[in-house]
Amino acid sequence: MILDVDIYHRQGGFSLEVRFQSDGKLTALYGPSGSGKTTIVNAIGGLVQPDHARIVVQGRELVDTKTNIVVPKHKRRIGYVFQEGRLFPHLNVRHNLLFGRWFTPSGERKASFDHVVDLLGITHLLDRRPSTLSGGEKQRVAIGRALLADPQLLLMDEPLASLDEARKSEIYPYIERLRDEGGVPIVLVSHSVAEIARLATSVVVLSEGKVVASGPAAEVLRHTNYFAQSGLTEAGALIEAQVSGHNAAYDLTVLQARAGALSVPRLPHPIGTILRVRLRARDIILSLAPPHGLSALNVLPAFISSIGDAEGASMDVQLDCGGDPVVARVTRKSVEELGLKPGLPVHAIIKSIAFDPEALGVAGQENI
Amino acid sequence: MEGLSPEEWTAVRLSLKVASVAMAASLIPGIAIAFLLERRRFWGRQALDVVVHLPLVLPPVVVGWFLLIGFGRRGPIGAFLAEQFGIVFSFRWTGAALACAIMGFPLLVRAIRLSIASVDRKLEDAAGTLGAHPVWVFGVVTLPLILPGIIAGMVLSFAKAMGEFGATITFVSSIPGETQTIPSAIYAYTQVPGGEGGAMRLTLVSIIISIAALWLSEWLARRVRRRVQA
Repeated sequence: MILDVDIYHRQGGFSLEVRFQSDGKLTALYGPSGSGKTTIVNAIGGLVQPDHARIVVQGRELVDTKTNIVVPKHKRRIGYVFQEGRLFPHLNVRHNLLFGRWFTPSGERKASFDHVVDLLGITHLLDRRPSTLSGGEKQRVAIGRALLADPQLLLMDEPLASLDEARKSEIYPYIERLRDEGGVPIVLVSHSVAEIARLATSVVVLSEGKVVASGPAAEVLRHTNYFAQSGLTEAGALIEAQVSGHNAAYDLTVLQARAGALSVPRLPHPIGTILRVRLRARDIILSLAPPHGLSALNVLPAFISSIGDAEGASMDVQLDCGGDPVVARVTRKSVEELGLKPGLPVHAIIKSIAFDPEALGVAGQENI
Repeated sequence: MEGLSPEEWTAVRLSLKVASVAMAASLIPGIAIAFLLERRRFWGRQALDVVVHLPLVLPPVVVGWFLLIGFGRRGPIGAFLAEQFGIVFSFRWTGAALACAIMGFPLLVRAIRLSIASVDRKLEDAAGTLGAHPVWVFGVVTLPLILPGIIAGMVLSFAKAMGEFGATITFVSSIPGETQTIPSAIYAYTQVPGGEGGAMRLTLVSIIISIAALWLSEWLARRVRRRVQA
């Protein structure tokens, strides 16, 4: 187990009571502000001392209040990438990057400086001062600085929250490479479902200091009700698809998933690339008969595997599309009128617009 | 106007020596007390704060009188230091340095304390997560960030020492070549007929040194602002 967390902590009127485990290469902590995400990573990193806790990272006990074990933060070997970067203003980029290395025992210095600098694309910044860097560059340097201390776990507290969309998409590929190279497991705090869908292999959903759900990303993201507060329109199924061809005449790319072929606006990825595709529950319409005369390009045959509990007017209908789990959010009225029930064959109509570029991440080797 | 006489040069050199020693000796205690007052919550913190600031509000003569009682030959501290370590303050230039150090101490501590308050403690947390022991964090993160504040405090302490008169003359008198600093020399010149020339020359030297110190501290203050905002 990479991460085993059990925390009870009170702070003013807020109480945090969470327990979860994760074996994911990238575990996302999702929840609205005030749900306790940052307190959890601060407790793992040693910046907050919880009232009662047991925290184990890669088999190493960092905190156990029952046996009075509290490893001080400088001995934890937990990398931390802060929301605001926190680069040292009096050091240039090179010395910021090497900062943690001075304090790493020489036998444990594994990360190669050149490799990390190259991976993050910051070679040209080494002699610059932090104050001269853009927001995206600062965060890449902050990630490199944490990695070069050879941490056993990398914490990222909304590292992209202060960046605009363009800067975000500049950094996503680097986090993906980090995740897929598999050197250091990552815990990412995020309140963006799109971000989680793209990056996470495991997800822990938090609300008001409690764990609402935790598990593999594809499993958790299928339940739109977990994301009711802020991410309802973004929640949906995550499936893997391979680029099988490009259609130059219509500027389309065809993806092959187990569920069937999906046409999306032309993508730059070469044929054979495996992509992670998010099918938002709100963007899926169900039809009993094969639809005709529709503008939607993507229609997948499916069986209803289960129907969730009603929440207001809507319900989640879980589908099995040739082995790929897909979820549709439809009204309770439609479920009743169409007589939807588990086992029923239906057609899932997917609006093309559901394939937004942010959801198309290059999938990791780890299957989801 | 002719140059300085040998006696005047002696006073200038002595003043520079007294001020430099006073500044250097109060530096490390100054950083330590500024750090304690700004960062730690302990019993007696308010009292320590008041004691450190007393020289700023007390009449200098009163501070000099306390020094005379405490550090004089027969004072409890003075007698102890003389017997145990052979350190004598009364009527020596070292006593002048002690008086100047104490008078400048609140200025030094205030300047350093302000710069410690402006350090982003999140940077220290970040250094901790990178494996740095708290002592190292202070040495390689906090200290470089407050360095301009320390230098500004040193300049203030030095300038205060250059101008100190009341406490010094009360404690160690005004012995030419031993304890007669620029201010006491100027005072001595004004007490004798025909001393105006000497008083004027030393006043000019004093003004030049003060302006230089002020300019230096302003320049450093600008640097600290730039660095903290970075």
